[in-house]
Amino acid sequence: MIVVAVSGALLVVGAILAIIRVERGRSMLDRMVALDIMTNILVIGVALGAAWTRRLDAVPILAALALVGFISSVTVARYAAVEPDDEGRIKTLEEIVDEESATEDEAEEEKR
Amino acid sequence: MTWESVLDAAAAICLLGGSFMTLAAGVGVLRFPDLLSRMHAGTKPQVLGVLLGLAGYALRIRSGPVIWVLVLVGLFQLLTAPVAAHMVGRAGYRTGKVASDRLLVDELTIDLVQAQRTEPGGPTEEPTETPPSSQS
Repeated sequence: MIVVAVSGALLVVGAILAIIRVERGRSMLDRMVALDIMTNILVIGVALGAAWTRRLDAVPILAALALVGFISSVTVARYAAVEPDDEGRIKTLEEIVDEESATEDEAEEEKR
Repeated sequence: MTWESVLDAAAAICLLGGSFMTLAAGVGVLRFPDLLSRMHAGTKPQVLGVLLGLAGYALRIRSGPVIWVLVLVGLFQLLTAPVAAHMVGRAGYRTGKVASDRLLVDELTIDLVQAQRTEPGGPTEEPTETPPSSQS
């Protein structure tokens, strides 16, 4: 019981740190590496929960995760392109407002 | 102390070790400065962590056929991890995410420069700046 709690806490902390890297990013491949870690945390978490309750029905889940877990990173790596430095981040609210007002202006001018 | 409690203790140690690997990977992927060292951190739960987790699960359930399926899962993990790492590393190199001056050994850049020198009339630009459209 204590082991499960400690292991779960370690898994959750590791997942939070990986998600922070997904958010900060810098490039698509950095995010993909962090998401790969999330998949592995999922596998270990399923094994941990199933080991605690001694359930047998988690085995096909583990097999499926092990088979498809690597497809996402291979796919993203295949289509990776050179990104400008400014592109790998989330836009701020002001930028979104500016862009939307610009597109609205264009639409109104087209009506006239 | 019975035989079963020994197996349970071994399973607990395996599960704790596997979980600790994911914590190490989380810290590494957040703190390390560039793509290749983050990939290095990310492989810890990918192989050792998952194998320890599966070993802990197998030690808890102790039933023959299920353990063979778990061995198969571990084998798949061992087969697919290098494929994914190879693809990510290659894409990182070709899109200029790998800074050659941070590496101790960078044989690919040396080879690319030599290949461009021997090729008459070949492009003279830096090999890390080759366009991604040359991916095959």
